[in-house]
Amino acid sequence: MTCQTLFRSGLLNPAAPVPDGLTDAQARPAGRRYGVYRNNVTVSLREALAQGFPSLFGLIGRENFDHVARAYLRQSPPVSPLMMHYGATLPEFLATVDQLGHLPYLGDVARIDVAMRQSYHAADSTGIDATALQALDEETLLATRFRFAPSMILLRSRFSIGSIWQYTLRGGAKPQGAAEDVLILRAEYDPEPYVLGSGAGDVVQALQAGAPFGAALDAGGEAFDLSALLHLLLSHQAITGLDT
Amino acid sequence: MPDATHAFPHLPTLPGVGYKPQHFADIMADPSPVGWLEIHAENYMGDGGRPLAQLRVLSERFPISVHGVGLSIGGEGRLDPDHLARLKHLCDWLNPASFSEHLAWSTHDSHFLNDLLPLPYTNDTLTRVADHIDEVQSVLGRKMLLENPSSYLAFAESTWSETDFLAEIVRRTGCGLLLDVNNVFVSATNLDYSPQGYIDAYPLEAVGEIHLGGHDEDEDDFGAPLLIDSHGREVVDPVWALLDHTLGRSGPKPLLVEWDTDVPEWPVLADEARRAARALTRVLA
Repeated sequence: MTCQTLFRSGLLNPAAPVPDGLTDAQARPAGRRYGVYRNNVTVSLREALAQGFPSLFGLIGRENFDHVARAYLRQSPPVSPLMMHYGATLPEFLATVDQLGHLPYLGDVARIDVAMRQSYHAADSTGIDATALQALDEETLLATRFRFAPSMILLRSRFSIGSIWQYTLRGGAKPQGAAEDVLILRAEYDPEPYVLGSGAGDVVQALQAGAPFGAALDAGGEAFDLSALLHLLLSHQAITGLDT
Repeated sequence: MPDATHAFPHLPTLPGVGYKPQHFADIMADPSPVGWLEIHAENYMGDGGRPLAQLRVLSERFPISVHGVGLSIGGEGRLDPDHLARLKHLCDWLNPASFSEHLAWSTHDSHFLNDLLPLPYTNDTLTRVADHIDEVQSVLGRKMLLENPSSYLAFAESTWSETDFLAEIVRRTGCGLLLDVNNVFVSATNLDYSPQGYIDAYPLEAVGEIHLGGHDEDEDDFGAPLLIDSHGREVVDPVWALLDHTLGRSGPKPLLVEWDTDVPEWPVLADEARRAARALTRVLA
């Protein structure tokens, strides 16, 4: 009997023998015919990763990407039929690939790829407009907590990940080496990563954690530009509610 | 999101195509000759965003067939209750004209392998598949269609022919069948039997939908042709001929053109659908 455990065992392991009991029409061993399934599984998972990680793919190129993807998919096949979520742990996996040790920012850039997909499939929501904020007196505003769109995702890195992402997929100026906070926002259906100004990542992180507006502002520091952040959030429907 | 408001109770006996988001604007502008669309269920299981927004718009205008590719009905383990719940959620929201899945497995020990893997045709697998289909139909509250696979190899332990196996599943569960004539052609070539003979032995009265698609050509270890079901090119002439043979026996059925890899511009896909429309016209004449 060729149980599915046996059939499965060779699919992601090219060194494994073809399971017994599989044949061609003349009852000869299946050989290459089993290889079709092996190839289908590997190629379909690899291509799903290539599609899901456009900036990582762009950064390291087809050959390196295929090498990384093959190692990853053998170690971490999908755990759900929802391929839209596949690869969520690839950024951490990259840190274990010795040959990529000289590119320490790769994992954080790959996190943008993951977050862009998450944002794309996140629940729809409607943002408040500026008048809702303007209607509050100062004391109330400082005590208010913000609710955010499920499609809004903050990524913080010690590398210039937003600039690297931009440069890799869209060209432009070569990234400089500074740390960057990236906020992914989806005004309607297309998520877009924005590099935040000084202190804005701290403020957004505090607000996301449920801090009142006044306390979150304290996290921003001297150079923090409040009006720039509020404009960015409001123009992308990112604030969905106020708890006063 | 509110329930889709328009309901189409059946797939029409017209050509349909596998829906690709890049064709949205073309389809909304002029879908002819396409009368219905099929979606892969798993691509519409996110929480929101463009996929669901497009699907809602399409469902108001076209009958939709929900085609699952991840339920693993042929799996040795129990059906994934979370995935079944997601399918129910999608079907309850969309009220599709049809729901179909595959005679195959894809999940094992909680790993999803993203391919339609084969199973032997034995009394044990028949009982298991029939139980799973009972469960699906009971949870979804609707009849499902089961699709025949593309086979690249045979199992020494099989004791049923594929056509008898499918007919017995239909008898036990009351499900319908999705007949993929490209899969029949691929399997018949790979396993050296007559595709027309397969159709003649197949329970055509249970067919609710027919699939057409393109395949690639390779060879096995002995130089024998090995066809690969790729859905990446035009349907070949012998498959169109097999469709004519099938429709001549079954009468007109909803016909779906699948094109999933190297997806072409809309006019190319629409041309394939036109060819399907001509096949339907011939059988009605």
